[in-house]
Order: sequence, then structure tokens, then C-alpha cells
Amino acid sequence: MSMLHIVNKSPLDKGTFSSCVNHAKSGSTILLIEDGVYAVTKGSTGAALAQQAMKNGVTVSALWPDLEARGMQDTVIDGIKQVDYSGFVELVAANKNVQSWL
Amino acid sequence: MTEATGGIEMDEDSSGTIKKFMFVNRKAPYGTIYALESLEVVLISAAFDQDVSLAFIDDGVYQLKKGQATKAIDMKNFSPTYRALEGYDIEKLYVEKESMDERGLSEEDLIVDVQVMSRAEMADMMDEQDVVLSF
Repeated sequence: MSMLHIVNKSPLDKGTFSSCVNHAKSGSTILLIEDGVYAVTKGSTGAALAQQAMKNGVTVSALWPDLEARGMQDTVIDGIKQVDYSGFVELVAANKNVQSWL
Repeated sequence: MTEATGGIEMDEDSSGTIKKFMFVNRKAPYGTIYALESLEVVLISAAFDQDVSLAFIDDGVYQLKKGQATKAIDMKNFSPTYRALEGYDIEKLYVEKESMDERGLSEEDLIVDVQVMSRAEMADMMDEQDVVLSF
């Protein structure tokens, strides 16, 4: 495992998810938290970017407590790994580096 | 009167004036405090008998998404409050269609009955206001 990318902003409000996808290398992981989770919801503009990331060999994860809080738990696109807070910690521990896209 | 205004004495001359107030909501709930703060001010404004409307554009449309469950993030789920606005005579809720489309949402996904309008119609609606407050 290499880099864990963390994105916490909505893809339609900020360009951080787009920039992150453009820099994430194959084998790395993107974890979407807080408003970042809107990037993996069906029919949204961000979903196309998330699919592109997966096509590039990047694992895309989302924190399910944040999906559920926003009422988006039933609209997640295929291929997204949903994690809870302990899964978040495991990702941080498993990767040699973490980059938070603020 | 002093109770509704938090103890502040109102100017007698201005108390009878009714203005058109629009609260423009552009942020997703929970990620920032804007959505909740807007709702607080909207509820306060109801005490002043003004002509209040709420506009939901951009990420603001996410505020009205059905099925919000915030237990796991340990924050207050304030989405049911939008349904209570009717009880405060706040019935003008405007949602921009283009903003919903960009987010894969439709009217059926929303927690309250709203008036859906185009971006151009929303611009006209904003133009008609005496006061616009953006959150």
C-alpha cells in the first residue's frame, strides 16, 4: 500500500476531489469523508470522477456514518468500499503516507 | 412583543412594514454550520411577520434530502425542522431544478413539498426581494 488520500469537501463546491483524482496513482486509496461522500452518489457530477479513479486502479472508499447522516446511504455507486471509523484508522495504519486534500 | 424580540424594544414606526426576505441556502448540511445557522435565523424571522422565502441552490439542495440519520456522526439531525416551517407560516420553499439534476436528485428525494423552478426563474425570484441573506 502506498498513499491514502482523504477528501472532505463536496465535489461540486470545491475542486479538491477532482485534483485528488488527477494525482492519485494506481494502487493508492481515496477515502471520502464528511461532505466528500457526495462524490460517490448515483447521478451526481462527482460520480463520474470516482468511476474514473477506480478505472485508474485507485480504491475509492467512503465513510458510511457520513453517507447515512446525509441520507445518501442508498444511492452509492457500485465499487465503493464503505468503512466505519475503525476502518478509517486501519487505512491510516496500512498506508505509508496520508495526504489530506484541504 | 418584547418576548418575541428577545427583550429588544421595537421601533413603533417600522414594526408594521412587511418586507420580502429570501434566505439563500447553498451549503450541504453537517459539513459546515451554515445550513443549521440559516434555519435558526429563518425561525427567528418568523416571529417578525415578514414575507419569508427559502431558496435551495447548489449544494443547498442536499439539506432537504430524505432519510438523513445522524446518530453515527453524533450530530443533531435538523432535517425534520424543514417540515415544521409550515407551522410558522413559512411555506415558500424554492428549489432549483438544475442543482438537483447535477446531484442526481429529484423532487421525490426531498423531505418537504417544494416549488421546483429553473435557474432563470430563481434569478428572477431573487431579483424581486427586498432583503437577500445568503448562507
